[in-house]
Amino acid sequence: MIRFDKVSKTFKRARVLDGIDLDIDLGERVALIGSNGAGKTTLIRCLLGEYTHDGRVTIDGRQPREERARVLAEIGFVPQLPPPLKMPVGQLIGFAAGLCGTDPQKILDLARRLGLDIGPIVDRQFVRLSGGMKQKLLIAIALGRDARVLVMDEPAANLDPEARKIFFELLAERAESATMLISSHRLNEVSALVNRVVELDMGRVVLDDRVADDVSLTGMLDCRISVKRPEPALAKALSAWRFADLGGGLEWQGQVAGPDRLRFLGMTSRYVALISDLKMTETDR
Amino acid sequence: MKHLWLTAKLDIVESLRARWFQIYTLVFGGIVALLFLFGLTESRVLGFIGLSRLLVTYIQLTMAILPIFVLITTVRSVAGDREAGVYEYLLSLPVSLSAWFWGKITGRYLVIFLPVFAAMVAAVLIALVRGIEVPWGMFGYYTALLAAMCVCFLGIGMLVSAVARSTDVAQGAAFLVWLTLLLFLDLILLGVMIQGKIAPETAVAVALANPLQVFRTAALSLFDPQLIVLGPSAFVILDTFGTTGYQAFALAYPTLIGTICAGTGYLLFRKGDLP
Repeated sequence: MIRFDKVSKTFKRARVLDGIDLDIDLGERVALIGSNGAGKTTLIRCLLGEYTHDGRVTIDGRQPREERARVLAEIGFVPQLPPPLKMPVGQLIGFAAGLCGTDPQKILDLARRLGLDIGPIVDRQFVRLSGGMKQKLLIAIALGRDARVLVMDEPAANLDPEARKIFFELLAERAESATMLISSHRLNEVSALVNRVVELDMGRVVLDDRVADDVSLTGMLDCRISVKRPEPALAKALSAWRFADLGGGLEWQGQVAGPDRLRFLGMTSRYVALISDLKMTETDR
Repeated sequence: MKHLWLTAKLDIVESLRARWFQIYTLVFGGIVALLFLFGLTESRVLGFIGLSRLLVTYIQLTMAILPIFVLITTVRSVAGDREAGVYEYLLSLPVSLSAWFWGKITGRYLVIFLPVFAAMVAAVLIALVRGIEVPWGMFGYYTALLAAMCVCFLGIGMLVSAVARSTDVAQGAAFLVWLTLLLFLDLILLGVMIQGKIAPETAVAVALANPLQVFRTAALSLFDPQLIVLGPSAFVILDTFGTTGYQAFALAYPTLIGTICAGTGYLLFRKGDLP
């Protein structure tokens, strides 16, 4: 489906991509990881037809640079940093929907599922939205059309746990019909979302590995935590994950989305000295 | 075509919300208001009287302000958007590069032309209300001249934006272009000619090639073409080509420059890295 064939990119004298060979099939969920300057963003921009390069990039045999409109109609993209667009939210949705030939209502519905009601903010400038709101809207635009390739750069970074859970559900709905390329600095941010990991370093693929994708994108974990003494910081963190206080801040109960388990454990690790018991059980939904 | 209009609409909406546009509109609206306020329509200078006097002053002021305004705001907006990551996102949407580039130019053209035109229309309306005679021929030609001026400097601005990779470089280059055109205006050429450093034919050729000078000469050519009003190069040009021929040239030549610059800008934009 996606093929990078000896793709190289040089900026002045710096070789940022150095002969990348990569084949990605339909239905694969690929984590593109690597440190800053490894070449992740450049590779994505080559895939989107935004950079000129040596070698060939094709999606179903078509080059994004040569057949932009046709190829990009099948790609949904969520950037890491939301662009500073001054246009109103309604205008952005209209523009994207108009270009992609999709119904704007589909984008509005997806945004609502992610917890973003467009109605009150339709005339607000995009740049004036909060980080989370921008991210939700960009995800809704990317998923609100029949994209067969989803390219996402740290897509869940600004989302709250509830929105992340719904985001994972949305990805699960596309798992069979779309190919996903998810870029991140750290594997643990995206490990539960993917079934393949590609690591870039100095513009080269240094790791290309399949991973067990036993974690269901829609799976949930029942979680119960006991703490030694009430701690306001922990209480605040658990409340953000929508945990219920079962008594005096000593017993907490809630649910964690399956793909979010590492992130959740990362949060709890900051309070490890306070936690006397932690139990997580997978549930069928 | 639909994508081109979507992009144009997008640029218009972005511009309407930008501070530069508010200042831009205010400046040209303000000029007309001030000219009426100072009773310019009642004064007579060098044969200009009534609304003609106001229009010729307006077009002279516009020639001083519009080019640098259009150049700087265009390169700031285009190069700035690219630097800020706006292009990375918007060009990931399925829009062809031609629809994007020409749509952007179309939107921007409307945004820069309509305020200067609206200010002239406002002047005519005020004149009609006050019972001042309206020189319709002059109004029509100045409208065409403004339209050509906008094409010319917008095209140059888009070319500079396509060549320069950063906002700072783009702004510096745009300023340099404007300064160069300013330096080769008739008045400066006169100084050089007096010192005998260049041949009169060269001075005339430079004046003919300089769009700023072309606009200035054309704006004044509707009146008595005296040396004292026009300046030496413009006087020779008008004497040689005739008023009508020069007026046609003054519309066609800057439009051609703008179109060639925009076309070259598009080719460079399409050939290089987009964000």
